[in-house]
Formats: sequence, C-alpha cells, structure tokens
Amino acid sequence: MPFFVPGDDPGSSFPELLRRIGLSDPATAGHGTIDVPHATTCVALTFSDGVVLAGDRRATSGNLISHRSMEKVVEADRYSGVAIAGAAGPAMEMIRLFQLQLEHYEKVEGTTISLEGKANQLSMMVRGNLPAAMQGMVVVPLFAGYDLRREIGRLWAYDVTGGRYEERDFVATGSGSLHASTVIKVGYRPDMDRDAAVNLAAKALWEAADADSATGGPDALRGIYPVIATVTADGWQRLGDDDLATRYATIASEVQAR
Amino acid sequence: MSMPFYVAPEQVMKDRADYARKGIARGRALVAVRYVDGIALVAENASETLRKISEIYDRIAFAGVGKYNEFDQLRVAGVRAADLKGFQYSRDDVDARSLANQYAQILGQIFTHEMKPMEVEILVVEVGLTPGSDQLFHILYDGTVFDQQDHASLGGDSEAINARLAESFADGLDLGAAVRLGVSALAGPDRTIDASELEVAVLERGNGRRCFHRLTESELTAALSG
Repeated sequence: MPFFVPGDDPGSSFPELLRRIGLSDPATAGHGTIDVPHATTCVALTFSDGVVLAGDRRATSGNLISHRSMEKVVEADRYSGVAIAGAAGPAMEMIRLFQLQLEHYEKVEGTTISLEGKANQLSMMVRGNLPAAMQGMVVVPLFAGYDLRREIGRLWAYDVTGGRYEERDFVATGSGSLHASTVIKVGYRPDMDRDAAVNLAAKALWEAADADSATGGPDALRGIYPVIATVTADGWQRLGDDDLATRYATIASEVQAR
Repeated sequence: MSMPFYVAPEQVMKDRADYARKGIARGRALVAVRYVDGIALVAENASETLRKISEIYDRIAFAGVGKYNEFDQLRVAGVRAADLKGFQYSRDDVDARSLANQYAQILGQIFTHEMKPMEVEILVVEVGLTPGSDQLFHILYDGTVFDQQDHASLGGDSEAINARLAESFADGLDLGAAVRLGVSALAGPDRTIDASELEVAVLERGNGRRCFHRLTESELTAALSG
C-alpha cells in the first residue's frame, strides 16, 4: 500500500502516483516509425441539451482492416466522453488512464473535476504521448461533456502536442473527418434536439465511410454499428444497436431514393 | 548523557493501547449492517464535508472513526492501492481482504515503531456478487483484524452498540430497516439522532459498476420514516 508522508504526497493525480512508484511508461526512444493499427473517424457536436459523440468501428493497418468492432467513443465519467483517432494501442491505453484519473480524483478529493479541468487533464496526457507521436503513434482525441456549472454541452479538439481547442458547435477528427465535418457543417442548427443531433452524427459517419476507405460504415450483416452517445444533464447515454439499425435503415432508404 | 529509565515492553504497549483507545472513544460511533441488496454504513457525523464513510473501489467502501486526519490518510492510501492494483491487473482482482491486510500491516507497524499510535479504527467492507460473499473487516489501531459477519460497530461505546445490533439483526432486512436498525443501535434507548447528524452510505449490489452510493437527504428521510 503506497503510504506517503505529508509534503511528499502525490495528491489526487493518478499519473503522478504511477510515476512515483515507478510504473509510468518507459520513455520511447529510437528512430523510425512503427506501423500499428489506426482508429479513424470521430465526430462531436453540441445540441440544445448537451453533446453527441460518435465514432465508427474500424481500425486499419495500412490498407487492411485490423478490427471491425473497435469502440473509439467511450464514457470518461458520468458527464463526459472521449472519442479517439490515431494509433489504436496508445489511444486505448490513454483512455484507460484518463478514465481512471477522473475516478481516482473523485475518490481522493470527494468531488469531481470540473469539465474544463478534465479537458486539461486529457491535454497533458496527449502531450505526454508526444515522443511516441514522433514515431508515428499519433493520438488525437476529442473530448466532450456536459458542464454542470454552466449547464451546457461543451467540446474540445486536440492536436498532437496537447494543444486544446474548445469548439462551439462541432468538431471531427481522424481520416474521414473532412467528409464528416462537411456533412455536419451543412446540416448543423444550434437549436437541434437530441434526436436530430444523433441523426446528423449518424449521417456524417455514413458519408465519411462512403468516401474514406479507413472509415467503417454500418455493418448490418454483422450487426456492427457506429458508437453514438449523448451527454446531457442526465449523464452519459449510449444509443442501442436496435435504435441505430433503424436510423441507418432510414438513411439508406433516403440515399436509395435520391 | 543520561540513561532513559527502563520501561517494560508490556507497559509500553499497554500505554500506547490506552492512549489510542482513549482517542477513539472520544469520537462518535459508526455501524455497518448487511441488508438484502448490500451493506449499509451509518455514522453519527454532524459534518457535511468531513466524511467518515467513503468509496474505495467498485465494490469496496471504507469507514473510519477516531482522528480525522489519520483515518483520512489511510483512506487515500486505500484508494491508491486499489486503483493501482486495478490498473496493473484487472478491476476484478481488487478485493477487500488484501486491502484489510495492507491496512493491518501499516497500523501494526505504526503501533510498534512510532512514538504515537494512530487513534483510529477502520472498517473495510466489500459487497459480494451474492449476499453470501459480503465481507466486513474491522481493523483496530494496533493492526488487529476482525472478520465480522452481518454487522460491525466501531468507535466509542462500540460494545454496547454491537450488543444492540446483535439483538435486533435479522437476515433479509431491506435498506430502510437496516438504516433504522443502525440508527437505533447508535442512539441507544435514551437518545434520538436527528437526520442532519447522520452520514449514511450503501454498497448496493446491482448499482452498476460502482456500487457505492451516498444517501441524499431525501433518500435518508425516506429510509428513516420506513
């Protein structure tokens, strides 16, 4: 059991605790790039009561599909979520550490971190990944959540150096982000309700999958659909596959009717 | 250089134990009661912010009486140990027994080697997947561990409180009944405790991944009114 004397205490930071007991990641050294599976398109947009996060399920290694059912959009805590694009391995590890840090802080301090504080924590983790990013293991997350103090949904985009950019309406990341963000840009209305916002996110991923080979579309054959979730004052809610199947069937029939 | 007086080790240990016991007896008591969906923890605590009961991990809670800064230090150490273990292995590998043993090591070490023993008594409880596998570990200031069944009490006057709990405990209590039993055991026959003087939390099976839940004011009122 780690027991620290006052003044020598790592406080409420889990990454700092890992460092203190010698469990943090070994520094990456050497040159050249490593080829690892990559996760692709994720989007986030705000609507009247909160935010929507959505991400496709595909991970690719070069031109091969390495996973069909990866979950890149995950709950960070009750009132926030992360979506990740980039090198799958470090990305999933970063999410795990991020989730744990939020929970660890909450338990140690007895209160949750503010939404902006969470965004800042993630920023530091992305920055910590910079040496690995230089070797091709880039991790670029999106962070979105419901700000209980201001009572609005907020979202952030990151760059590889940990730069943190708050966006007002929507943001997309990953290889299909250009197509996805165009769809959202055209269809976005600030006063959309949850249903409309979810449909727009679903449509954005559909179009991204249509134009970008690294983005996976809805797979009715295997029953694999993108992960779409909303965060509102009621907390994190992930949409069920049945719901998504209906929404994608509607989109498919609309496309057919063009 | 002056020679210190010889004091028999028995006397040293007895003095330390007396010192710790006195400190603990000054504070108000706390009980844990098993109920049908988990374990209820009830403490007499006028403070809304300085907690005696808190979450350690998904299925594990911590409760402490005595000197606040000392049991809070232990609480944070427990959260750290649990989170580290869950991170290195799996969330399923974090268990109350191992935490209780680690707490016992620390308390025992401090009791024998430091000037001043910790004036605390702590409880580490784990809600099992089935009612049969609930666990309550009661750890004393000197590192003595008790594995308790069904209910536990710690702090001042805990023997009398335990007797009252044992008298009225029955298997299959619902949450309200368990909280009322805890409160009446804490209060004794001649006293009533106001809801504002209580801190109540539960570890509840089927409460999702994180079983710990602190009862809100309205939930507590509902539980007390039965």
